[in-house]
Amino acid sequence: MITAQHLTKRYGGNIVLNIENLEIPKGQSFGLVGNNGAGKTTFFSLLLDLIQPTSGHIINNDIQVDVSEAWKPFTSSFIDETFLIGYLTPEEYFYFIGELRGQNKADVNALLANFEDFFHGEILGQKKYLRDLSKGNQKKSGIVASFIGNPEVVILDEPFANLDPTTQIRLKGIIKDLAAQQEVTVLVSSHDLLHVTDVCERIVVLNKGEVVKDIQTSTETLKELETFFGG
Amino acid sequence: MFKHFAALQWKSFFRSASLGKSLAVKILMGFFGLYMLGTMLSLGVALFFAIREMVPDVDPLVLVSRFLIYWVLVELVLRYFMQKLPVMDVKPMLTIPIAKNKIAHYILGRSGVSIYNLFDLVFFVPFAIVLGFQGYSFLNVVCWFFAMMGLVLTINYLNFLINKSDRALLILLGLVVGLYGLDYFDIYPVRELAGDLFYGLYEHPIFVAIPILLAVGMYYLNYSFLRKTLFLDASLERKTKEAETAHLSWTNRFGDIAPFLQLDLKLIWRNKRTKAQVFISLAMILYGLVFYTMEDFGMNSAMLVLVGILMTGIFLMNFGQFIPAWDSAYYSMMMSQNIPLRKYLEAKAGLIAVSVVGMFLLSLPYVYFGWEALLINLGAALYNLGINIPVILFFGSMNKKRIDLTKSAIGNMQGTGAAQFLVGIPLFGAPMIIYSVLLFLVSFEVAIGTLALLGIAGFVFRKPILDTITAVYRRKKYGMIAGFKEKNS
Repeated sequence: MITAQHLTKRYGGNIVLNIENLEIPKGQSFGLVGNNGAGKTTFFSLLLDLIQPTSGHIINNDIQVDVSEAWKPFTSSFIDETFLIGYLTPEEYFYFIGELRGQNKADVNALLANFEDFFHGEILGQKKYLRDLSKGNQKKSGIVASFIGNPEVVILDEPFANLDPTTQIRLKGIIKDLAAQQEVTVLVSSHDLLHVTDVCERIVVLNKGEVVKDIQTSTETLKELETFFGG
Repeated sequence: MFKHFAALQWKSFFRSASLGKSLAVKILMGFFGLYMLGTMLSLGVALFFAIREMVPDVDPLVLVSRFLIYWVLVELVLRYFMQKLPVMDVKPMLTIPIAKNKIAHYILGRSGVSIYNLFDLVFFVPFAIVLGFQGYSFLNVVCWFFAMMGLVLTINYLNFLINKSDRALLILLGLVVGLYGLDYFDIYPVRELAGDLFYGLYEHPIFVAIPILLAVGMYYLNYSFLRKTLFLDASLERKTKEAETAHLSWTNRFGDIAPFLQLDLKLIWRNKRTKAQVFISLAMILYGLVFYTMEDFGMNSAMLVLVGILMTGIFLMNFGQFIPAWDSAYYSMMMSQNIPLRKYLEAKAGLIAVSVVGMFLLSLPYVYFGWEALLINLGAALYNLGINIPVILFFGSMNKKRIDLTKSAIGNMQGTGAAQFLVGIPLFGAPMIIYSVLLFLVSFEVAIGTLALLGIAGFVFRKPILDTITAVYRRKKYGMIAGFKEKNS
């Protein structure tokens, strides 16, 4: 589904990302871990064509992302709060995203109904604009918005950060359900090793822009990761 | 302690990300400030003599006293719009051992040396000196001067108390208009009465205590108010307004640009700065009155074309010049969402086109000044529609500065760069030149007709033009995304 080849990103003299070859097959749930500055967000930004690669390219479902815009209809993402439109209510935001992805209000409502638990009664019908919600609730809105319109690729940057424990556990369930569908490729980055080993079939460790580990998740994975980051 | 605060202030200014980039704007503002200071200074020196020249039979100080009441009110109104509340990033200070009293005193004390107070100071100092040399009693003049300074500080601190309420502004405006009306129609001699009061400040030096006590009182009120609000939950936490849901389903008739139109309408209505732009635009329709009532301009002067372009295109300029920076807060989302860039630009163009038509309809009453006025405004509106919309969208592609939507509009230079100054040249310079040349060489009808035809031609070819602009936006996409991410710029 997604292929990165000879991909580098350089700021001045600093190489912040250098991936020789990375292939993510369709339907895989893919976890990206690494310390601050390892290049996780850079990789996602390149994947979304928000920044230009210094060399190399990313191909998303046969489409080279920095050449054509045709990857947009089947790719959705939530990177950070700047993906939210502050002066809309959550409902308006969901409907707006829905409209961009060819979903009418009924479709969006049907989807939102699945997330009632996740929202915990703090998102819908609150008569608040997104800019006035707490950080955690903003995040919940953004994550759910990225599920609208049956995307084939879902990209979530640090989805567990800033969420309360209950919501983290619920989010894990949601991502697992999503990954269980064969058609959906889920890309998640996280600092929480436990969560990421829980939800992802495959984990790639980035360190200073380079892929240093590429693991199929098993019972030993968490231990392996802890040793890597601990030692 | 004051030294520490001042040092922090200094660093926050010089280390701000925007310093280098918006230096040009700051220098421009600086020059403007200097110019204003110079003006106030010369006014202070010259006013006394000017009055004696023009109204020889009245004591100049008496005359000045009569207008002081209006000065106070008008200054309050001006400051309401212009003067920023003294804010400091106090959050990090609350948990370290600094007495809250000191923070409050510092914030208020600093506002005492605001540039607006300085304007008054450079007026009153020379004016008082002139009074001294013109044989007014020394002691009385000194006391009068301090009384005036007391009034200035009273205005300064009163402004902070009333600045948050729109009602106070309405009351102030009502007072200005009402009092002036009473005077103007000879219903009640406000000027005389207030004049006596203010002249009393000169006649009886002891009264200097009144304005000074007023200033101290205002300071104390501000202080106790500020002291009480220096808690996280009181003032620092933003108040949340209840959201109103809007459906705007009528926009659906515009087809696939409807979601963007709805978004833009919400953008305009739910944010301070954009909302203010709408009111400014509507008020601009009166701009023509200034020129149409002046005798100096013939009925087909190029100035009237400028007026026409401005009146029908004010929203185009105010709103259009910051496309796409209005969406800067969530621009990376817009760029990774399933949005064809072209649709996005089409929606903006559509919204501006509606505003041009609307402003033209509002300008219809100018036909009172003759059919030429109608023709000029129609020609200008068509020109705006066909030529200026693509031009402003094109210049928008140079925007790289973030706009914080929640800040107020007045005196807000955020997002302003060289492009905003350059854009004026083609927007109204080009049509004025075309019009003037043709008017000189041929006739009024041909000149205004050409403007209209140019506009229509631009409208007919809007599709290929918009394609070109879309390509420019696509090319500059990465720069925009990176620029909009930088806060404080």
